[in-house]
Amino acid sequence: MNVRLNGKSISLPAEIDTVAELIRHYELENRIVIVEIDKNIIEKTLYAETELKEGSEIEMIHFVGGG
Amino acid sequence: MMLKIGDKTFSSRLLLGTGKYPSFEVQKEAVRVSEAEILTFAVRRMNIFEESQPNFLEQLDLTKYTLLPNTAGARNAEEAVRIAKLAKASGLCDMIKVEVIGCSKTLLPDPLETLKASEMLLQEGFTVLTYTSDDVLLARRLQELGVHAVMPGASPIGSGKGIMNPLQLRFIIEQATVPIIVDAGIGSPKDAAFAMELGADGVLLNTAVAGAKDPVKMALAMKLAVESGRLGFEAGRIPEKEYGEASSPLTGMVSS
Repeated sequence: MNVRLNGKSISLPAEIDTVAELIRHYELENRIVIVEIDKNIIEKTLYAETELKEGSEIEMIHFVGGG
Repeated sequence: MMLKIGDKTFSSRLLLGTGKYPSFEVQKEAVRVSEAEILTFAVRRMNIFEESQPNFLEQLDLTKYTLLPNTAGARNAEEAVRIAKLAKASGLCDMIKVEVIGCSKTLLPDPLETLKASEMLLQEGFTVLTYTSDDVLLARRLQELGVHAVMPGASPIGSGKGIMNPLQLRFIIEQATVPIIVDAGIGSPKDAAFAMELGADGVLLNTAVAGAKDPVKMALAMKLAVESGRLGFEAGRIPEKEYGEASSPLTGMVSS
């Protein structure tokens, strides 16, 4: 499936079709990460059931140093 | 006396930014000696396509600190609200520092978008701390909206110029009904102490510590300056006089 992830067009392996699988794919299970798809924030409790769609605009966000 | 923001109280009046430290080790130590309880962060995309980098926040004991994410990067109220909601979705914080920059050269805040963003975020239930210019009437409009703290800049972000307009800051503090935290432009401990002597409830700084030759020593200096300035304010300084007034008695001189 082709999606845009953090501004980059990528092709995801066929077995990845939920947010939870995407997070596992990038090994972010133990990281502080916030997921937004097509400008909608996805609640953590819904990661396993939220399906990715062809062309989804996905943002994976975290906190960095700042003032 | 504790600093109260929204429904939380803090014993430290120094709020510390987490950007631009030379290393994680130095940053951890600077944060520790500063005794700051509120730390600011920015909200950004993860570098998921690169090898994972250590993340300062993920190494922090989050039971000890209150996170204050900022909306830096927002150019208008809508972008600020989007960033604030992303930050809150982490489940780690409900405070937000509203920061809407209107000028990329001076980094001064856009007053109208700042006001609008603050109002929208209050409606969304955030604890709102608004970074603003040192405009007295804007500060009043913000506190009338119900923001939980007003954070006027001392001078442009990262400039280290210190307090450019102490008179306006004093006016803002005089009329305040919410905590006033001097945010941005602090260069040295004297600036932090001065802000506190003017009656500010707190000081937020980042570059002054992170960019110092010895950030850990400067973090301690800033902690002491904030405490010293606060004590001086509470103690009540003497009025200034035009000419000298002897501290020693003028009678009973030893000679003739």
